[in-house]
Amino acid sequence: MGSVMPAAQAHIIEKLRRDILSLQGLAKPVRQHDWSRGLGPISQAFPNQYFPTSAVHEFLVATAEEKAASSGFIAGLISSINHIPGVMVWIGTKLQVYPHAYKFFGIDPEKIIFVSLDREKDVLWAVEESLKCEGLSAVVGELRGLSFDVSRRLQLAVEKSHVTGFILNHNTSSINANTCVSRWKISHLPSAVYDDLPGIGFPRWQVDLLKVRNGQPGSWQVEWSASKFRFETRAKTVGISERRKTG
Amino acid sequence: MRKRFVSIWFRYLKTDWFSRRHTHLALVPFVLASPDHGRMVITSMNHWAEAAGACIGMPVADARAIIPGLEVRDDDPAVGKKLLEKIARWCVRYSPVAAVDEPDGILIDATGCAHLWGGEKQYLADIYTRLKSLGYMVRLGMADTIGMAWATARYKKEGVIIEPGQQAIALMDLPLQALRLAPEMAERLYQLGLDKIGEFINMPRSALRRRFGNQIITRLHQALGNEEEFIDPVIPLEPYQERLNCFEPVATRKGIEHALEQLLEKLCGRLSKEGKGIRSCVFTCYRVDNKIQSIGIKTTRAGFTTKHLLKLFENKIEQIEPALGIELFILTADKVEDVLCTQESFWNGTGGLQDKHLSELLDRLTDKFGAEKIARYLPQEHHWPERSFKAASSLDEKPVTTWRNNRRPLQLLARPEKIEVTSIIPDYPPMNFRYKGKLHTIKRADGPERIEQEWWLEKSLHRDYYCVEDEDGRRYWVFRLGHYEDNKKPQWYMHGFFA
Repeated sequence: MGSVMPAAQAHIIEKLRRDILSLQGLAKPVRQHDWSRGLGPISQAFPNQYFPTSAVHEFLVATAEEKAASSGFIAGLISSINHIPGVMVWIGTKLQVYPHAYKFFGIDPEKIIFVSLDREKDVLWAVEESLKCEGLSAVVGELRGLSFDVSRRLQLAVEKSHVTGFILNHNTSSINANTCVSRWKISHLPSAVYDDLPGIGFPRWQVDLLKVRNGQPGSWQVEWSASKFRFETRAKTVGISERRKTG
Repeated sequence: MRKRFVSIWFRYLKTDWFSRRHTHLALVPFVLASPDHGRMVITSMNHWAEAAGACIGMPVADARAIIPGLEVRDDDPAVGKKLLEKIARWCVRYSPVAAVDEPDGILIDATGCAHLWGGEKQYLADIYTRLKSLGYMVRLGMADTIGMAWATARYKKEGVIIEPGQQAIALMDLPLQALRLAPEMAERLYQLGLDKIGEFINMPRSALRRRFGNQIITRLHQALGNEEEFIDPVIPLEPYQERLNCFEPVATRKGIEHALEQLLEKLCGRLSKEGKGIRSCVFTCYRVDNKIQSIGIKTTRAGFTTKHLLKLFENKIEQIEPALGIELFILTADKVEDVLCTQESFWNGTGGLQDKHLSELLDRLTDKFGAEKIARYLPQEHHWPERSFKAASSLDEKPVTTWRNNRRPLQLLARPEKIEVTSIIPDYPPMNFRYKGKLHTIKRADGPERIEQEWWLEKSLHRDYYCVEDEDGRRYWVFRLGHYEDNKKPQWYMHGFFA
């Protein structure tokens, strides 16, 4: 084999590389908004400093409390990355929602369509079907486990429709590899104290980005106040035991 | 367009129907009778009995005397009309417009139908043989007018099809009863020596009217086609309906799908021209064995996209059992609405609730899981948490009040769950609580926020809500039901989780 690669071959390889990137959900964003506007230091973790839309993100939730925290963070995320959040679909089994609370996170609750199903299989079908639907601003699915094959199907769906998908994965005991572009874990933090004021403050979370494709995982302490994220400390990018090599 | 009508005359309607159920009666003289002035009188008979000399109005005793072995059954006067209506519904396979023609006939508006059978002759032959195989003896007539078809079926000796425009000639040698005149009128004409229509058809109309009144003129004009006559179809004409007759019965899923697609394309094409869309639609299949099967769909927003509607039907096609085959498909849009012309949004993702893709997605979800599984919520003017929002009835419904922006949990338990708390000072938040076996120490808290039950809706104690945060920063919405009283500890409940 010669060391000089014919031009045609180089072209093919270049094209394949591009294809791989787009298969990974990292095609150049279709809608060029200033994504990093509300995400502060978190956006540094992503390739090109863009929060990957038209991709599926996985959130690990072990408890009901964590589910609430993740829901809040996702709601804040959606309202931060969209100029005017459009319609979103929230799918799960036995949903227990209180629509009023979404207003606090900058989302009009009447623009959320809640689909509460009985079986896990149905949830998967509905999530995939919704992810195929152009014009939605986000789809949130509550699942018990996300296999590689399923995540692949979801990824294929979003590549066409450019919808952003968020999966709340309730199965944290056995995490397997999947094609989601990122994996997050959101946990509560005690609220910040301002001048010894009584009562509880704004929602605060420990945001751990456990893996992100072609990006830099990290960990942040985030507060949601006055309809935006606030970052008190600089990003700590070291010291997460669960961090793995990805991509 | 020149109209064509078919008149079907059931000569022995009721007796044929009886013979269908009791086959041995078909082979012997058989009459139906009902009591009249204290004796049994024949009301209908089969052709054996007729041939043997029985006639309507004859007492059963007399008939028994002339016909040995005559079978007699009780008549049910209500059955005739019901039977005709059923047969008229069955006749829908020949034309969308079929009507009952009391007391013993059916009228079919066959305009533009016969060519599907390869001609009028084959059309009538098919009707005749099908009815005969069901056990009904019929005579048929086909003509440009209802009157002429009626007369042809009952009085024409030879040739059941009157060619277009030949009514006047065909009427000539028919008896005057063929004009559907009242019996006394026919009697009067008969007494005057007029027993064929040809004998007075050319008389001056004014003379006829002067002597016999308007009825005879009307009937003549109706038979000749100078005056229009209307029929009242058993199945009301749906304004948005498409039908597909099959030469060969269809028994495969593929075939059914193909038929459905064709019908949808036709219907949607028409609807889109009129600026209307389907909200609800029924697909009906008429089987060879006279069974009818139908499936229906509903949409959240009026639409006329063939592909989408076909997708909605797809899950339901398997409910159709073709058995030996389906010979007629009918697609009816029973609920049609104007399509709102919305401006295309410039940015995807902000199309909002008007987005076509969204309503199509919702149709698919509703179709698979049922409407009760899918909800969009709107605020309601109630403080009681469970009542503070309601499901929206449609995608267009807008909030009439604002969403509450005070502190509320993202996750609300459907039923509050009991918790054990330690609290020292009444009306202060508790120090700690145990929920699902885990002890949470409360570090910070807000409250109480008292929410009273709306006594006009339901009777129960008020709730004092606290937002509490435990040592790990987890936040809960807990409440105490009712007041502290002397020696009674009030019950505490967990009601939600904050983000």
